[in-house]
Amino acid sequence: MADAKITSFNLSCPVPRVADDRIVLAHGGGGRLTHQLIEKIFIPAFANDALEQRHDGAVVSVNGSRLAFTTDSFVVRPLIFPGGNIGDLAVNGTVNDLAMCGARPLYLSAGFILEEGLEMDTLRAVVTSMQAAAAKANVKLVTGDTKVVDKGKGDGIFVNTSGIGVIEANAKGTIGPSAVQPGDVVIVSGDLGRHGIAILSVREGLEFESPILSDCANLWPAVEALLKDGIEIHCLRDLTRGGLATTLNEIASDRNICIKLEETLIPVEETVQSACEILGLDPLYVANEGRFAVFVPAAQADVVLDVLRKIDVSQGSVRVGRVEEGPGRTVVLQSRIGGNRVVDMLSGEQLPRIC
Amino acid sequence: MRFLSEYRDQKSAEQLAGAIRKKVTRSWTIMEICGGQTHTIVKSGLEDLLPREITLVHGPGCPVCVTPIELIDKAVAIAKRPDAILCSFGDMLRVPGSSRSLFDAKAEGADVRIVYSPLDALKVAKQNPEKQVVFFAVGFETTAPANAMAAWQADHDGVENLSLLVSHVLVPPAMEALLSSDNCVVQGFLAAGHVCTIMGFEEYFPIAQKHGVPIVVTGFEPLDILEGIFLTISQLEEGRHEVENQYARAVRREGNRPAQKTIAEVFEIVPRQWRGLGEIPASGFQLRGRFQKYDANLRFPFSGEPARESPECISGLILQGLKKPHECAAFAVKCTPENPLGAPMVSSEGACAAYYHYGRRQNHLVQPELSGSASR
Repeated sequence: MADAKITSFNLSCPVPRVADDRIVLAHGGGGRLTHQLIEKIFIPAFANDALEQRHDGAVVSVNGSRLAFTTDSFVVRPLIFPGGNIGDLAVNGTVNDLAMCGARPLYLSAGFILEEGLEMDTLRAVVTSMQAAAAKANVKLVTGDTKVVDKGKGDGIFVNTSGIGVIEANAKGTIGPSAVQPGDVVIVSGDLGRHGIAILSVREGLEFESPILSDCANLWPAVEALLKDGIEIHCLRDLTRGGLATTLNEIASDRNICIKLEETLIPVEETVQSACEILGLDPLYVANEGRFAVFVPAAQADVVLDVLRKIDVSQGSVRVGRVEEGPGRTVVLQSRIGGNRVVDMLSGEQLPRIC
Repeated sequence: MRFLSEYRDQKSAEQLAGAIRKKVTRSWTIMEICGGQTHTIVKSGLEDLLPREITLVHGPGCPVCVTPIELIDKAVAIAKRPDAILCSFGDMLRVPGSSRSLFDAKAEGADVRIVYSPLDALKVAKQNPEKQVVFFAVGFETTAPANAMAAWQADHDGVENLSLLVSHVLVPPAMEALLSSDNCVVQGFLAAGHVCTIMGFEEYFPIAQKHGVPIVVTGFEPLDILEGIFLTISQLEEGRHEVENQYARAVRREGNRPAQKTIAEVFEIVPRQWRGLGEIPASGFQLRGRFQKYDANLRFPFSGEPARESPECISGLILQGLKKPHECAAFAVKCTPENPLGAPMVSSEGACAAYYHYGRRQNHLVQPELSGSASR
């Protein structure tokens, strides 16, 4: 045994440097750096009322109609993954952003950036899936664009879709973070983490007894059912990049409220949980492509659950938490063993830990 | 879930916490060695269940924290070579060197790849024979067998374009150094279960004996840690200082002999630099004998600027429980989760970040006033 004597024990941890002089991957991770990018670069440049809503899409009035308008780009690798491909994702992602505004999705555009050398069969498979997803969601792909970049300058296919939807007359009030208030309950529409883990399992070559499929799906039927039933929806958010934790942090911080979660109530499927344990990830931060959170007044929670559970895409809906006044800008989780912790927003993407 | 849910059960947790409360008659400071244990403690809010008398301090068992800044600089320099592919475990990428992290290097065009196993780096080397593939082999005893295996396998398969940038450190010499320090506040240890899975726990007997401290080999689930605390507190209250094994489902007294054999074949014990601690004799590994040809240090001689650390961060004192986060001049002023000066402010698991959130915002949660353990 070494007999080392250290008179001044000074264990200092590494000092992280905030990346501000060039773009790093974490700027696209949906966490704190993404927000800094939006707040410091985009909002000052483009500031306007619609942008200030800070929702999944903008709601604008045109000749008395309320329209929702949104856009999203898709850069997933691998292009084809268990449970879907970049085509389904590009249609459902934009359809869902419209649905989260309470709008019936109507028309989409598609912009393709293709890499030289891409196999035509892959493109065909992606386009076929887009068509099928669009038909299922009852939206029309009405305009598009194609560009091809040199080999090595892209990742097979990048897709951008934009969408227009209409907010129907039976929508009550504003749906968005500004309507969230203390006393609301938070309901999620099903188990979490499938999409992110499906992608990672392919990337990392992990195999499970039963493969984990992406939850990629159109969420409008669930939202439509809530609207038809006259539910007073305060806010809808799909739980994509950054997962439930990031979404709730955004809302808590926008509204200066506290969201309290109970770990035992949060639905995570066993194989997804196991994969997260192996990879050192927290399912609260893992991406979903067919799940959303809805904020409603506590008195309506049971009705909302009844309505959602009758719809395929939201069969697994459960209450996971509630909104309280303080402490502001905080998401707190009561753990399985009864302790509390703050669920913070990540700086960038989750990284697998060494230990 | 089998093998998980039973170790996260609320009722059993309450029972163990009750047993701890009954046992405690005075204040005790216990250090959990491993970063994985710290993670569980904060993630499960485990300290909420403990009586105020118990202070947990977070030990040096986090490879991200103790890997010397010079080595990060070296990894960045290698990554920037046009002929190199640098492979690393994920969380090392964020750690900054003197001027940049591996993530920064990646943003500037370096080929930096996250791998889950050193054998994946070997695969990358085989797939890219025209490139020099370097694996950043960091960690404690736990990751040593797999890292040793990568060198062994490369040697066996005659792969020449792989090398290892080794920064392997060992737990017992660090415990020894900590206990020998004049200002040591630690009265008992939760030893790192997974380190002991490999190495066994025989080497802890002389430490417990010499310094009169209980050492309990402890697992990583909330109930493991509560039980480890209970065993440590029982020893402290009863005036015993023994080595006990809470993590018996994974750890045997002699450890994993074949893994130790592989380590001994590939690595030799050398003095190592610890970030913030300085050099500790016989506290790490480097490649030995015929495996030295895989040493990235020898393959890529490096002479960079001398490494620079930030002078303002007092996380070392905080981690020992000698200072509280709010006693730091930079706390919540210059140093916030959005603009952190030190690792404990980076993630929600960090002591300073926990203080920032709980102390500043959550008066009714966990700890009404800023006292008690560093992360409460």
